[in-house]
Amino acid sequence: MISPALANEGVGTELKCYHCGQRCDETRWLEEKPFCCYGCQTVFEILQTNDLCAYYDLDSLPGTSLKDVEVNSFQYLDDPKIRQKVLTFDSDNFARVTFNIPAIHCISCIWLLENLQRIEKSILRAEVNFARKTVTIDFTPSAISLSKVAGILGSLGYAPQINLDADDVPKPGIDRSLISKLSIAGFCFGNVMLFSFPEYLGIDHADQNLMRFFSWLNFALALPVLFYSASAYFKSAANSFKQGQINIDVPIAAGLLALFLRSSYDIITATGPGYLDSFTGLVFFLLIGRWFQGKTYESLAFDRDFKSYFPLATQKLIADEWKPVVIYALAEGDRMRIRNMEIIPADCTLLDDLAFIDYSFVTGESKPVKAKAGDAVYAGGRLVGRPAEFRVDEKTSQSQLTGLWNNEAFRKVTVSKYQKIIDQAARIFTWSVLGIAIITAAYWHVTNPSQMWLVLTSVLMVACPCALALAAPFTYGSMLRVFGRNQFYLKHADIIEKLASINAVVFDKTGTVTYGKRPDVAFSGLLSSEDFSDVKVLTSASTHPLSILITKAIAGVFSENLSEFREVPGKGIQGLVNGKFLQVGSSEFVGCDAMPDLNASYVFVAINGELRGYFSIRVSVRAYIKNMVDRLGTKCVALLSGDNASDKANMKMLFNPAAELVFNQTPQDKLNFIRKLQQKGRRVLMVGDGLNDSGALKQSDVGIAVTDDTGIFTPACDGILQGDKMYVLDKFLDLARYSTVILKTAFVISFLYNAVALTFAVTGHLTPLVAAILMPLSSISVVGFSTLAVNYTAHKTL
Amino acid sequence: MAIIVILIAISLIIAVGFLIAFLWSFKSGQYDDTYSPSVRMLFDTKPKEQQAKAKPKPVMSKRSASAKD
Repeated sequence: MISPALANEGVGTELKCYHCGQRCDETRWLEEKPFCCYGCQTVFEILQTNDLCAYYDLDSLPGTSLKDVEVNSFQYLDDPKIRQKVLTFDSDNFARVTFNIPAIHCISCIWLLENLQRIEKSILRAEVNFARKTVTIDFTPSAISLSKVAGILGSLGYAPQINLDADDVPKPGIDRSLISKLSIAGFCFGNVMLFSFPEYLGIDHADQNLMRFFSWLNFALALPVLFYSASAYFKSAANSFKQGQINIDVPIAAGLLALFLRSSYDIITATGPGYLDSFTGLVFFLLIGRWFQGKTYESLAFDRDFKSYFPLATQKLIADEWKPVVIYALAEGDRMRIRNMEIIPADCTLLDDLAFIDYSFVTGESKPVKAKAGDAVYAGGRLVGRPAEFRVDEKTSQSQLTGLWNNEAFRKVTVSKYQKIIDQAARIFTWSVLGIAIITAAYWHVTNPSQMWLVLTSVLMVACPCALALAAPFTYGSMLRVFGRNQFYLKHADIIEKLASINAVVFDKTGTVTYGKRPDVAFSGLLSSEDFSDVKVLTSASTHPLSILITKAIAGVFSENLSEFREVPGKGIQGLVNGKFLQVGSSEFVGCDAMPDLNASYVFVAINGELRGYFSIRVSVRAYIKNMVDRLGTKCVALLSGDNASDKANMKMLFNPAAELVFNQTPQDKLNFIRKLQQKGRRVLMVGDGLNDSGALKQSDVGIAVTDDTGIFTPACDGILQGDKMYVLDKFLDLARYSTVILKTAFVISFLYNAVALTFAVTGHLTPLVAAILMPLSSISVVGFSTLAVNYTAHKTL
Repeated sequence: MAIIVILIAISLIIAVGFLIAFLWSFKSGQYDDTYSPSVRMLFDTKPKEQQAKAKPKPVMSKRSASAKD
């Protein structure tokens, strides 16, 4: 019997923190409002003294929990060198800084951050950019230091994220030049259409001079389109010639050039109105396609490396004084001091007697490792407990962990041998158009040589694969948006095509298949809610990992009615709570010999010597993973874990027998595993979450990082998947395959249009009006088809 | 019909004016964040606050404006 009251639902009164909305374990009361921790309460107090409590009215439970937040010192920001890097403007009485704050998520956040001047008078102005999750703060540097500004943000639960990269790579944002090109092309297209109306309506020859005036106006409007808006296509075509590979831009550039030259010839010689409406329209549609495909998720970062995980600075001993220094200034032999929850930035040796290092960041193993004086400690570990001193052995860039980034996987240029579908289509297309053009030219040369050039240019004009070029951006762009709506964020649209070709999926264990930090704690037996809180009193006195988990799982009021506490190492704990004698520990300890099964850790509870039940603690696997893995079938080839093999039995039930389960893997091992699979000809999708998967994510054909909070760091990857959407991963793969089918269908449609237009051109009947109707029609039908088809398929599948 | 030439010239100039206005507004980053301005305009300052803030605020904006130059 499993008590439903336990584990995630909590026991006893259910209280939600007034600040962050999290469950309150050790409730603190202030002004009749419950708070889950000291941090949340402090934020409330700050806001209250500054009359900023409107924060709680704008959005419900807007705060971020401060329970597990490391207390950061921003002192290093006052170092002149760092300060100069971080500030965007600095003078004696005015400075401006832009901080990246991942915690920004709601209206209340914007409101509070933009009212910072009410908390600190020396802050002049603050402005939030919600899309980028940044806040720009103007302040008076003579009255307040930069570290203090960051400190204020931190104290409110909006700790700025400062890393080594942030200062030299400003986010590119939207491609501004593309929008300029697009708007100019659109403007010229609209006006050229307007001036072509007399031609469409057939009122030409009424006033020859007026018609010539319109033609020259059109010509003038087409120039910026040719030289500015369409420039990228000509450059790309020239590049592809240099590399000897024909891509889609070659026929496009040829078509555009043919259109423009033929129109110029017509206008200059006054033989016709030209096709400039088609020309400008074409460029406009093509650029819309580029813009549509270019959707990016600004607040997500896909290219983080180890530097983002490391602190910017650490405490170094300089002339008997602890001073903050930037970590890349650390040299061999330096002494540094690391505080609780800080990450160790370089391989080093422990100088203090004892320290606990949590390597979960690097290996996925969550139990802290004990280090004694003189032990080697590796970069990437997190110090747990008292501050400790270390001697640096290697510079940050040469540490064990960062050495992974020197692997060739990280250096390889991303130009892969992978042939995009669109380029394959472009090649077929280009050669067939060239063939048709030559045959047509030959035929007209024989029958009517004076018309040969006109017909030849017509063929090249209508052969311009506008619809073809739009099919891919709109198919993949729509799919990218569908994925985004389902919390699967891809770096760019081309990844979808790679996803479609995946035939091997490799999972990481901790944090990916399982929840990283939250094991399942279930109770079987009979305990009243009062008994539960008594158990909690007992377990909270122990520092054993299982005790800590049980303490966390039981919600309730904390009291200290404990006496005669005794801990028997390796066995259990016992004590008197509220007059009851409680024993919590192994079956042997409480005096029973039951052993339910081996897949979990068990903790037995006895009250007054009578066995009352047991807690079973197992790694909690994400919901519905088994179904997803089953649907993947033989595609799911392996599970790689940095952890020890204690969960093997558990994982065996989850994965099919053919899947390899490999444990004790270093980051380098994981990378090698992926490479071996690729050498066997598999296209590998790696699904991971931590720094320890970075190498594998990079080496794989597509690397997806799983995260439960998109605000926190994810390693460099091609896509970010929200943890609770893991169970539809296989469906995302299916959708990627379907989009390839949709794309190919769209190709067929656009080829049909080209065939119709070509019959006009080959027979010499391509008038400007026919061209002006056919081109937009083909583009719009292809765009409409691919967008609708993608959304319909996604609706059916998901 | 000569009048139509003048009209077209004027209309084109106005249209180009708007195009330039758009490009300028875009390049100056006005479309970078489309969410926060929409909520920012709805934030109220409480009456009591307004009085307290009435004095320092103009000073602040002047300071920041002059410093920007």
